[in-house]
Amino acid sequence: MNQQFKVGDTVRVRRAYPPGHVRAPYFSRGKTGIVDEIAGAYRNPEELAYGRYDGEALPLYRVLFRQADLWPDYDGSAADTTIVDVYENWLEPAEGGQG
Amino acid sequence: MIRVRRVHDIGGLPAGPIDRSEPEHAPWEKRVDALRALCSRHKLMRTDELRRCTEDLGYGVYDKLPYHARRIASIANALLEKGVFTVDDLGRKMEAVERRWSKER
Amino acid sequence: MTGPDTHPHDHGHNHDHHDDHDHARTFQPDIEDSPFSHYQVMAEALGEVLIEKGVITADELRRQLEWLDSRSPEAGARLIARAWTEPDFKEKLLEDVNAAAESMGMDAGDIPIRAIENTPDVHNVIVCTLCSCYPRGLIGLPPDWYKSREYRSRTVREPRKVLAEFGTVIPEDVEVRVHDSTADLRYLVLPMRPEGTEGMDADALAELVTRDCMVGVSLPKSPGD
Repeated sequence: MNQQFKVGDTVRVRRAYPPGHVRAPYFSRGKTGIVDEIAGAYRNPEELAYGRYDGEALPLYRVLFRQADLWPDYDGSAADTTIVDVYENWLEPAEGGQG
Repeated sequence: MIRVRRVHDIGGLPAGPIDRSEPEHAPWEKRVDALRALCSRHKLMRTDELRRCTEDLGYGVYDKLPYHARRIASIANALLEKGVFTVDDLGRKMEAVERRWSKER
Repeated sequence: MTGPDTHPHDHGHNHDHHDDHDHARTFQPDIEDSPFSHYQVMAEALGEVLIEKGVITADELRRQLEWLDSRSPEAGARLIARAWTEPDFKEKLLEDVNAAAESMGMDAGDIPIRAIENTPDVHNVIVCTLCSCYPRGLIGLPPDWYKSREYRSRTVREPRKVLAEFGTVIPEDVEVRVHDSTADLRYLVLPMRPEGTEGMDADALAELVTRDCMVGVSLPKSPGD
């Protein structure tokens, strides 16, 4: 599988807001996290949703975000995190820290 | 810049306490779950298509309908799109069901 | 199947669903003495159309209803309990839940399920903010609260408050990690084995594994519970 990112890379979810069946959650857009795992490759659900079944498989990344980076006034522990499963087309490289 | 959240994309929005009750579902609701499972078994549509049909219900419907009502509405739309039956097929049958049930009351 | 789901001769019916957990809960009609809903009619009609067109059979529908009613978290509980007693099996489970389930004669379904291990440093909780993805193959149908707006919105945003509503308090120095199942994987929490369970066999341990602890909103029961 040809993938752009590897475990440990710092990545950002693109700040795009297209209409349609988007599976990168709103709360993750524009946020920076770390690739925790590469979870295989699957066809893009955003296209499958419209009956377009013949796309290539896209690498799927488990991206780890600090809660403090996701939510401006996060109230829990500084150690808390959220992992979101994000397809490669939604990710761009980022330097360490909040983009 | 106006950014629109699709209606289902609700992670992080404020919301109230979680209702943890688990009432038994009505027979019609179980029927919806069973029909959903059979659609999957018979590969009538992909899960991604069904999700998208659910989201297409949009604001005012998705956020207002209870879970199973929303689910049967999206299943109906997905199957209509796929041509498994026509609007007329479903419409006539719904008319017949309603007539039948009205007589039984 | 005929008739809407109301009790036409029984309008005096009044069940309080919330306090008596011992008897089977009867459902509540949508609205007493009101027209049956558009969606009830749609559910009835859609099934009949599919049967008439030969896409499904009435028998299949009946069997599917029976099967859905019989679903429980038992398969998941057995996997967890065995992982607690056999380190080799635990490794297998962490590597590939579906294969591990198959090795025990269970069918976890086609969708890949991943086991996420709780440790003294990390407590995991599962949500699907975008819809209601859930490891149905192993733990049955999701409860209404899992599919609710409130759970889906708040669990990523304030997981500790959500856990507290379930009576679960995780110490500050333990990381709470939320997994949002946005794609093709489903998640099952592998909780830590409770204290005081030395010498218990897998069958007995499975009794301690609740659905809620496999979602991550609770911990497993203790032997004393």
